[in-house]
Amino acid sequence: MAMDQVSTVHDDHAHDHKPGFFTRWFLSTNHKDIGTLYLVFAIIAGIVGYTLSGIIRLELAQPGIGPLTSLMEFFGYSGDQAIEHAKHFYNVVITYHGLIMIFFMVMPALIGGFGNWFVPLMIGAPDMAFPRMNNISFWLTVAAFIMACISMLIPGTGQFLGFGGGWVLYPPLSSATGHPGPSMDLLILSLHTAGIASILGAINFIVTILNMRAPGMTLHKMPLFAWSMLVTAVLLLLALPVLAGALTMLLTDRNFGSQFFDPSGGGDPIMFQHLFWFFGHPEVYIMILPAFGIISHIVSTFSNKPVFGYLGMAYAMVSIGAIGFIVWAHHMYTVGMPADMKAYFVAATMVIAVPTGIKIFSWIATMWGGSIDFAVPMVWAIGFIFLFTVGGVTGVVLANAGIDHILHDTYYVVAHFHYVLSLGAVFGLFAGWYYWFEKMFGVKYNKTIGYAHFWTMFVGSNLLFFPQHFLGLNGMPRRYIDYADAFSTWHFWSSMGYAVTLVATLIFFVGVIEAAVRRRKGVGNPWGEGATTLEWTLPSPPPFHQFNELPEVKPQEHH
Amino acid sequence: MNNRTLALGFGAAALGMLGLAFASKPLYDTFCRVTGFGGTTQVAEAAPEEVLDRTVNVRFDSNVMNAPVQFRALQTSMDVHLGEHGLAFFEVTNTSDRDVSLMASYNVTPHRAGIYYNKLECFCFEERIVEAGETKKLPVVYFVSPEMDADSNLADVRTITLSYTFYETDNFRGAAKSAALN
Repeated sequence: MAMDQVSTVHDDHAHDHKPGFFTRWFLSTNHKDIGTLYLVFAIIAGIVGYTLSGIIRLELAQPGIGPLTSLMEFFGYSGDQAIEHAKHFYNVVITYHGLIMIFFMVMPALIGGFGNWFVPLMIGAPDMAFPRMNNISFWLTVAAFIMACISMLIPGTGQFLGFGGGWVLYPPLSSATGHPGPSMDLLILSLHTAGIASILGAINFIVTILNMRAPGMTLHKMPLFAWSMLVTAVLLLLALPVLAGALTMLLTDRNFGSQFFDPSGGGDPIMFQHLFWFFGHPEVYIMILPAFGIISHIVSTFSNKPVFGYLGMAYAMVSIGAIGFIVWAHHMYTVGMPADMKAYFVAATMVIAVPTGIKIFSWIATMWGGSIDFAVPMVWAIGFIFLFTVGGVTGVVLANAGIDHILHDTYYVVAHFHYVLSLGAVFGLFAGWYYWFEKMFGVKYNKTIGYAHFWTMFVGSNLLFFPQHFLGLNGMPRRYIDYADAFSTWHFWSSMGYAVTLVATLIFFVGVIEAAVRRRKGVGNPWGEGATTLEWTLPSPPPFHQFNELPEVKPQEHH
Repeated sequence: MNNRTLALGFGAAALGMLGLAFASKPLYDTFCRVTGFGGTTQVAEAAPEEVLDRTVNVRFDSNVMNAPVQFRALQTSMDVHLGEHGLAFFEVTNTSDRDVSLMASYNVTPHRAGIYYNKLECFCFEERIVEAGETKKLPVVYFVSPEMDADSNLADVRTITLSYTFYETDNFRGAAKSAALN
């Protein structure tokens, strides 16, 4: 160790010595490299999750159980056997689409990817507080993803492979009654591993943000993306252990004869739902808050104005996080809770619309009167604001217990959470990607390709998800492989929307490859004076070790 | 505070949340028992002193889940005054040629009546062994608390249904699975 350090000093006066390939990428302790690893991992997991959603839309494009039956016939099943296998496979596909997109695409990309890359840069820290723990977090996530994929291929129930009980993992479908096979046990291990990885990551972020800010950067001067990561990390820290507890109870119920969720022994399956959603509701904010942070920076940069209502924006995120812990039962209005309890959860849920509204209006107020540059990240950010607002409005509709009794588990709910996540969080992701691409990789992307990606994605995903509102309002239940013919028109157009997003996704990869091949050299700050955070003071890509001299934030300076 | 202390503190917070997840099991039980949530009935030591004029119709419901027994209520319903003792009988018959060990789960509907439905004696409090071919008569001694009359939320309640479900205790799947693994 000592020798290495000495030789580093001798070899490289620019402090930009990079270790060899294996050491750099497999034993990495550098926050920027780990961020890149997370982004690559999220893209790979995203391809898997996106392919699964393609299978869903292919099957639902027409009434009847067609494509999946053909698939099962290809695997050697015939007649009713093929149809039964198709049905279980469909259940497996929807389950793993949800789990993979949440745990292995959105979270690694937003938190592991952009969080690792830009939290230390923005707060003027040389690296994360615990670089090795950062490495452990990443590789645990990879291991968890591999286990989740394997669990799709091993016995779930009877002759059927994989767990098909939905991403919420409710018993008795997830207990030994519904899926006695090892698939569910492996899935539990996978989620435990992913959970531990995220908890370690969360501790790392909190300590980094609390302890390693540059001199002069008080919490109230900290960039909003760092604020969003701080709140997200606290939510992770408090929510994930509850999921871990629920999963452990499920595991002992399945294998060791405990009866936490088994009514024959005095247990209650509803308790799992309470525990799951105590985790699950903060989880949806875990996925969207980092996107909030990214959007604030982009809107401010390309409006050439400081963000409107900075403190309000920061504390709106804090209050969204805090209220997020006391609204969980709005996911389970139909379990038979008393009217008083529903009234509370309706009211508490609606309260969240207030800080969320503060954020939406502050973004609009930031743009108001600004010198707006409709650069590629900015159009993604505006797309985010529009789509997230649509999803938020349907969320307020669903918050009402009375309406939810009709819309519970219909496509209206599917449309709602895809507008806030698939369109909200994912548009936030792409906005961040086009905002920081040059900073991270040191090369410029082709703007025309970036705009083409946005417009095809915007049209495609709206075509994909907007008709699902109509389907849900008309009573199309979620998680069904087949439907009445009356639903076929909007299902057809929804599947066409998927085809358009497929084109958009291809354009995305064309853009990445084009940038990698052309290698147009990037500049430190391509966005001009609107980009005020510390990462833009460094060259692109930033040196392997940044901030040899800690930057100082002066009292009058704006965040 | 240095990084290590801070990290240990947050690690402890995560462990604390894990502990709370497990503590939710007894908390959930206690919550249901104290509030009558989900129609959880109450256990009383002594009968109330006053008996009101208002009556409720108590109906009886019996179910069996995965056990080789017949289980029925010997009366469909009975009218009781608030505060008055009621005595109801159920009957369970083991139709198999082996002894079975039974446990009942129970609640009342409407759920909001759970807090006022008191049992002085019930077969549901403990495990029951019914021998092969045996028929057992099972009594329940209960009363509906007079305090219900003062609760405006229950002003419209004329009927309370008491429901039992018998499970075979060593028949739950978790045990079956762990036995199969050993």
